[in-house]
Amino acid sequence: MSGSKDGEVVEVGAGGRVTLTWLDRVRANRRLRTFVAAFLPVSWVTALLLFPYLFLLAHSFFRLRDGQLTHELTLANYQRLFGTSLYPTTILFSAGIAARVTIVSLCLAYPLAYLLAFKVRKHKNLLYMAVIIPLWVSYLVRAYAWKIILGQEGVLNGLLRSLGIIDQPLTFLLYSKWAVMLALIHIYTPFTLMPIYAVLEAIPKALKEASQDLYASRWQTFRHVVLPLSLPGVIAGSTFAFVLSMGDFIAPVLLGGNDSALMVSNLVVSLFGVAYNWPLGAAVSVVMLVLTLTLLWLANRLERAMNYGGQPGRGAEGQKEQLARQLPQGVA
Amino acid sequence: MTTSLLDLRHVSKRFGEFVAVDDLSMAVAPGEFLTFLGASGSGKTTTLRMIAGFELPTSGEILMEGAPITQLPPFKRDINTVFQHYALFPHMSVRENVGYGLRMRKVPAAERARRVTEALDMVQMGHLEARAPRQLSGGQQQRVALARALINRPRVLLLDEPLGALDLKLRKEMQLELKHLNRQLGLTFIYVTHDQEEALTMSDRIALMRNGRIEQLSAPQEMYDRPVTRYVADFIGESNLLRATVRGVEGGEVVLGIGPATVRAVSARPWAAGAEAWLAVRPEYLRPAAPGESGNRLDGTARESVFTGSITRQYVTMPDGSSVVFHLPAGTTPPAAGSSLTLTWPVERGICVGE
Amino acid sequence: MSSTAPLPPRPSARPDGLTAALWATGLGVFLFIYLPLVVVVLYAFHDADIVAWPFHGWTLRWFTAVAHDRGLLGAAMASLKLAVLATGLALVVGVPGAFVLDRLEFPGKTAFERLVLLPLILPGIITGVAMLTFFTFVGLTLSSGFPYIPGWPVVLGHGAALTSIVVTQVYARLRRFDRAQEEASQDLYANEWQTFRLVTLPGIRSAVLGAALLVFTLSLDEIAVTFFLIGRQNTIPLQIWGMLRRGITPEVNAASTIIFAISVVVIVVSSRLMRETTG
Repeated sequence: MSGSKDGEVVEVGAGGRVTLTWLDRVRANRRLRTFVAAFLPVSWVTALLLFPYLFLLAHSFFRLRDGQLTHELTLANYQRLFGTSLYPTTILFSAGIAARVTIVSLCLAYPLAYLLAFKVRKHKNLLYMAVIIPLWVSYLVRAYAWKIILGQEGVLNGLLRSLGIIDQPLTFLLYSKWAVMLALIHIYTPFTLMPIYAVLEAIPKALKEASQDLYASRWQTFRHVVLPLSLPGVIAGSTFAFVLSMGDFIAPVLLGGNDSALMVSNLVVSLFGVAYNWPLGAAVSVVMLVLTLTLLWLANRLERAMNYGGQPGRGAEGQKEQLARQLPQGVA
Repeated sequence: MTTSLLDLRHVSKRFGEFVAVDDLSMAVAPGEFLTFLGASGSGKTTTLRMIAGFELPTSGEILMEGAPITQLPPFKRDINTVFQHYALFPHMSVRENVGYGLRMRKVPAAERARRVTEALDMVQMGHLEARAPRQLSGGQQQRVALARALINRPRVLLLDEPLGALDLKLRKEMQLELKHLNRQLGLTFIYVTHDQEEALTMSDRIALMRNGRIEQLSAPQEMYDRPVTRYVADFIGESNLLRATVRGVEGGEVVLGIGPATVRAVSARPWAAGAEAWLAVRPEYLRPAAPGESGNRLDGTARESVFTGSITRQYVTMPDGSSVVFHLPAGTTPPAAGSSLTLTWPVERGICVGE
Repeated sequence: MSSTAPLPPRPSARPDGLTAALWATGLGVFLFIYLPLVVVVLYAFHDADIVAWPFHGWTLRWFTAVAHDRGLLGAAMASLKLAVLATGLALVVGVPGAFVLDRLEFPGKTAFERLVLLPLILPGIITGVAMLTFFTFVGLTLSSGFPYIPGWPVVLGHGAALTSIVVTQVYARLRRFDRAQEEASQDLYANEWQTFRLVTLPGIRSAVLGAALLVFTLSLDEIAVTFFLIGRQNTIPLQIWGMLRRGITPEVNAASTIIFAISVVVIVVSSRLMRETTG
């Protein structure tokens, strides 16, 4: 580099004498500049976000002695987790519920997304907003609302009775895993819809027109053009729905009845609460964490393989951003 | 000898493996209108940005009136830029945009107001001073960007392809206006463009860039009449390029063999016998030879003629398969396609160039 | 080509069974999404002590009950304070974080990016227990010891979890921001801080505001992380959770309706802001 020295006066023109300061040296050095600028935000984020997850991991190796938490390291928690049938069973059960929720959500979300993307002319943004807003307002309320609907004295039973379809109220509706699934489907369908809508919106109209120009019927156009191109969004949406419904603990408690303790998250809650076994609870959480991250990684891979170009950021990576960003701006 | 205003000494810029600017050295004279001309990727914009201070050279020095400014950030340099897409501040009015530099330099409000009015009048934008940038047309935005830079009376004004987004008529008008401002204000203008016609119109000197290096640095007329390489001959204006072998040098002229024929040409550089070279002749200097005429002569076969209004372009195929073009003035009957033609041109209009 | 066979008829855009089915399904799903909300709001005006079918008359007494419910009011105060603090923290950490993502390259940047997004995509319960173990280890007590004031853990927890939202929103806007404006500003003698203040910030202001509003609303509604980090003072969702355990009264519905209304307004304003382009 040149031979300018610190503090050296550099004349740059009529009346303007400018000094080269130490700050300019920092500016001129790319590595230094990056370090100074990135240091605070990165360290804050690390402290606030990384450490908790690391501590969770650490706790999963601690030993519980006579009901007291110690800092001794042990594998006992994981041994118990994988050894006792309760935990793997619960995890599988939760996964099963989540899978069913995901599939149904997908079947509900896709047609509506398609409708919004292609069939709605006026007020598209407004309607999309209307579909998405429930997502962001009070999760708890949306869950307990189903108690009102499905209860013995609830809306559904009342409606069916006054229509004369049944005499006695249906008791199986509430406090069962079906109620839990119904509520989860209700909550996560908009979640699934967002990325699908985003992807469908991004398909250039010209592609559909070209397909029809080449004698494809609407169904064929859908099957061969629209559907493949929408897959990244489908994968993203399904992944979110699955991961989040598997980790849900509100719906099972409110609506699960006897089944209320059978979701993973309920296990975690009790282990950190009444059952007071933090290390074991941490271990279960870690397992969930690993499962979730693996799933996301897989989904990412899948989307990358299915991304036929021309749609940057439509996969799960991009969808993660869009999740928070997607707040009715239309398409990001 | 006037000291140069701006000096670039062995300036290089690397982006990872890619070398954008390769050991570039040149001097800019005060008050001149210098253009960096080149295709995309030639390094012209990167050079400009290094002068402005938005990029740091990987090696080399930039000096202003002898003092190094290489490491100075942009806000400490007495240089202003007119950006390609104007970069007007959307949340400020035209007035506020134009006065921004003065404001940063803590010029008192009253004087600032006066100078802003003066600057806006200079670009005929006074009547739109309260508007927001998005309410202006492209041409208007461009004028505001110009005023915003000029008001600070920088020692050097940098212009990064500012006319690219304008339509043809407007572009031609602005070219003249920029040239006029350069003369009137006596400021040094450094201009970047890929449009060679634009460069020829406005510049005092052109630096034609290729792959990060300066291919040729001369005044427009000189670059047009005396290209030093085939690339320059091809880039500037239109040239016919014919493969030739150097037979020798005689009396300041280069003797070339093209097929069986021998012709004479001029050149800017020394040649050794046996070297492979190109003969560059512009279409306007080629014409059919009169019978018995002496001088350079080449035979070929007439092909199609293309009528373009003021001239007709006549294509001729040479024995080695290559194609040349020459211009027929309006009203001349073109030769019949397939007929034999003998072409001639003045010796000093044929340039012998290397690769 | 001398084919005499007619080409297959071009598909038309006339409405038909398929389209009708599509509309029917879409409408059905839309109703499905809104039905529970409608039920909740409706029963806030239910003139009886228990929420049951059929719906009786219209009354506002439950809203009055909410206005006098000390538990709810206390929780509301705490929720508001928590939301304000959490929003502040999320902005302070998130805005610079967005700039780091947009402007800088450094080893580990991808890891940083993933880390920032983690709370968004993980079930809240995992983030909640992680924070619990962290704060307990560090020695922070969950309660602040003051009434209506949330303890530090829950503030930090909300702030950290919601930082992701600020980062993604501001980052998205930064990517669309024309950096030539910043160069122009520096070209005109403004240094980095002046440029940020006078040119960049006004350009991204609406994204920052929109993100702040969104974070505020989400903090008010947050359950999973709060559940683990809350001390003695309840927030609104936890208060409602407690009320639910005792059975659903229209009062709960009334409180929920109020929350809905506020949330919807805030979300709509927020999304308007975030949708603005930089002009």
